[in-house]
Amino acid sequence: MNKREKVSFKKLIPLWIYLLFLLVPIYWLVNMSFKTNTEILGGLTLFPQDFTLANYKVIFTDESWYSGYINSLYYVSLNMVISLSVALPAAYAFSRYRFLGDKHLFFWLLTNRMAPPAVFLLPFFQLYSSIGLFDTHIAVALAHCLFNVPLAVWILEGFMSGVPKEIDETAYIDGYSFPKFFGKIFIPLIGSGIGVTAFFCFMFSWVELLLARTLTSVNAKPIAAVMTRTVSASGIDWGVLAAAGVLTILPGMLVIWFVRNHVVKGFALGRV
Amino acid sequence: MTKVQNNKAWWLVLPVFLLVAFSAIIPMMTVVNYSVQDIFDQSSRYFVGADWFRQVLQDPRLHDSLLRQFIYSACVLLIEIPLGIGIALTMPTKGRWSSLCLIVMTIPLLIPFNVVGTIWQIFGRGDIGLLGWVLNDVLGISYNYAANASDAWVTVLVIDVWHWTSLVALLCYSGLRAIPDVYYQAARIDRASNWAVFRHIQLPKMKSVLLIAVMLRFMDSFMIYTEPFVLTGGGPGNSTTFLSQTLTTMALGQFDLGPAAAFSLVYFLIILLVSWVFYTAMTHSEKN
Repeated sequence: MNKREKVSFKKLIPLWIYLLFLLVPIYWLVNMSFKTNTEILGGLTLFPQDFTLANYKVIFTDESWYSGYINSLYYVSLNMVISLSVALPAAYAFSRYRFLGDKHLFFWLLTNRMAPPAVFLLPFFQLYSSIGLFDTHIAVALAHCLFNVPLAVWILEGFMSGVPKEIDETAYIDGYSFPKFFGKIFIPLIGSGIGVTAFFCFMFSWVELLLARTLTSVNAKPIAAVMTRTVSASGIDWGVLAAAGVLTILPGMLVIWFVRNHVVKGFALGRV
Repeated sequence: MTKVQNNKAWWLVLPVFLLVAFSAIIPMMTVVNYSVQDIFDQSSRYFVGADWFRQVLQDPRLHDSLLRQFIYSACVLLIEIPLGIGIALTMPTKGRWSSLCLIVMTIPLLIPFNVVGTIWQIFGRGDIGLLGWVLNDVLGISYNYAANASDAWVTVLVIDVWHWTSLVALLCYSGLRAIPDVYYQAARIDRASNWAVFRHIQLPKMKSVLLIAVMLRFMDSFMIYTEPFVLTGGGPGNSTTFLSQTLTTMALGQFDLGPAAAFSLVYFLIILLVSWVFYTAMTHSEKN
């Protein structure tokens, strides 16, 4: 037993190195966020010698800073709700029925990921300005649907195909209408799938910056755009920049913590 | 699963169709519109036909950044795909460690693109970053991503590997988990070597997820914008100015909307074409 454990430990060394490679840059950011600027620029220290929360205090007491987080969380949640509510019926259609143009439609949905965002920014800006949605949370949420909805349909379709069709048929025989069957029976069955999908929608909407920055100016400005404020004439405020960076990682970690069992299950089923 | 033919299913798909069409077709048509006109301001615009296309296809600056882009994407795929497969194969399949691995590996995926750039901007600096300090002062390798073109290029590549290898690994892991244990038992009875197990059981079963991984990584690395922009602003020189950035400078900086739009359509077609080649090549080899 002991010998076997040793062997498997040795086999895992490359994996530990990889995980370390992932974590060290993040550790450095966290480390820096607890330092004063004099310590950061003064020399290299592996741990904060002069531990301070001042950088975080700057963010939590200045409205233009913390409103960035609220804006980002707001449009990300909106996007998750919209994406899931339109993707659920569509994924059901793709997993259960054949219909005119289904394959083409699916491929067309996926091609929307392939449009280079750089030059599409201006048309997006014009489109949302012309319908009066510029600088609103809903504009960013709708724009992010462009890449999140196809992904959501695709992931949910995988989960739904795993549910035997007999369940649908039995429910219809028992007199369930489609909406009632869908809400009462089907959705609880694919709970993990919805968890995983929500996680992916959160992820892609949270990390996206180009569209979010283009479609907002003040009221819905995302945190990632607020971060550019740390660069001023007197140089970069490294401590606050690091603290803001750490705070952008935290929501993601919270989400992954809450859906971890679903995600692990989703991956283990080989469905994601 | 046998599917029933039912065109009423369109009603279920309609919301998705309308929502995506709104955000996809209108901006796309606007870009097409730009690409065939010469625009001075709101009132004076002239139809120029295919002039912009002819011009951008001969522009050496665009050729350079297109070439840089292809080399970069090729490097990304050559590093991330084998590395991701390797990691997926060594990941523990059960217990607390496997959950821990999964969670740690998803962390880089959840960091906004510009924060990724910031993290590495700090991490790589010679004066305040651990990486820059270790390379310069401990190992004695002169490294400065802000001044040396090849250092900057390698740094952008390392960032991408750091950021996205996990995605490849997680997709492969989920493909591997879908292999029933019976397959491995059969391989053990046949005394198949590890390589044979990989070649004939694991790789074929991973094919569909690998297809997704390759396509996603190709598309996203081909459109990379934020990380090099935050890290070096495209410099030093033009070493990390990739295609998206050239186009953005053209469209928003110099307001050359026509040529920028024309080239972004070409860009889109290149991505579509390469994705299609990957797709058919991989589905074709599956049939054989």
